[in-house]
Amino acid sequence: MIRWSLWILSGLVLGGLVHLATILVLPRTASRDAYARLASLVPVNGFTVLPGPNPEESVLPFMDPAFAVAVCRYDLAKGPVKLTVPVNQAYTSVTFYTRRDIAYYAINDRAAGRRSIELDLMTTKQREALPDDEDVTAADRLIVESPSLTGLIVARALSPEPSLMPAATAALQAAQCKPQ
Amino acid sequence: MRLLIGLLLSFAVAAGLGLGTTWYALTQNLSFGALELGAWKGYPHNGTVGIDPYARAVIARNGELPVGIGDGVVFTAAADDKGRPLDGRCDVTVRGTTPPARYFTLTLYTPSGRLVANSLGRYGFTSQELVRDAAGAFEITVSPRARPGNWLPTGGIESYVLMIRFYDTSLGIATRAGREAPMPAIRLTRTCQ
Repeated sequence: MIRWSLWILSGLVLGGLVHLATILVLPRTASRDAYARLASLVPVNGFTVLPGPNPEESVLPFMDPAFAVAVCRYDLAKGPVKLTVPVNQAYTSVTFYTRRDIAYYAINDRAAGRRSIELDLMTTKQREALPDDEDVTAADRLIVESPSLTGLIVARALSPEPSLMPAATAALQAAQCKPQ
Repeated sequence: MRLLIGLLLSFAVAAGLGLGTTWYALTQNLSFGALELGAWKGYPHNGTVGIDPYARAVIARNGELPVGIGDGVVFTAAADDKGRPLDGRCDVTVRGTTPPARYFTLTLYTPSGRLVANSLGRYGFTSQELVRDAAGAFEITVSPRARPGNWLPTGGIESYVLMIRFYDTSLGIATRAGREAPMPAIRLTRTCQ
């Protein structure tokens, strides 16, 4: 009897390990995560405006229907990426995601404080390689460090009323994300 | 022989328990560090690099992109203030005021994150669209049939979730429940289809 309960006990401990391992490994093996879903729609280093969500179709779940959304799939392998997103009247934000869909940085139009949100995205290594004199001008160029070589930049523009959606979409169509 | 049976028993228990709890955690959206304000639950950590492994596994599986903390904060409600599940065949009122934010949006989704078809093409409200009373409070009626005022159609579906997103807000990881974050009350009424 004691022997059987020992086997079961070891099974329980092992089960706990299986649980932790599957939770930790799942994000690396997911084939239908946001990045994978967007990979077929969005080119590398360029913004694409996503179709708005509707009851039949939505590129991602839980998309906010009041927003126009543009996505840039970045790749920093060949160097930093320069980002320009025009600000619309109501509210505009830019969020950066790693290849594993973790939001590591987000900024809105007020924090950017200009007519467009302008940023340089680079890896920590690329930032360290910047010539020193460029650090002097660092005040007027906002630099974001990406923890991964690839990932997503998502620009969102609010349309406070349905009639303003075309303007929000138009603002994002002018968004740029390209290697320097 | 005994050893083999013992090993098999042990592995069966391990697989059943391990995979079962993983499946349960993912389908029930178990996550740590919820900020609960009435019926509303928010996970501000999910919009940062501090997102917990359970939330990561959930978003990897459902394909969602979390709202970054510098952008906004999201709260979800699947039940009313008394814990009764939201039923699209009944009238539900969402009434009150909200924490300070430049804009907020309130949207109705199926539990899997789809919008719900309706004749108006109305899936939610932005803070600018809402009709308010003199004190600035609003009341939204979430109902299968047309209602005067702020009507949010449910399409008569059995269950749904409400999501409220605050953009450019002081809410965040440091927010505690209470006066700084007044959330609208959700009440399921007995008026059903």
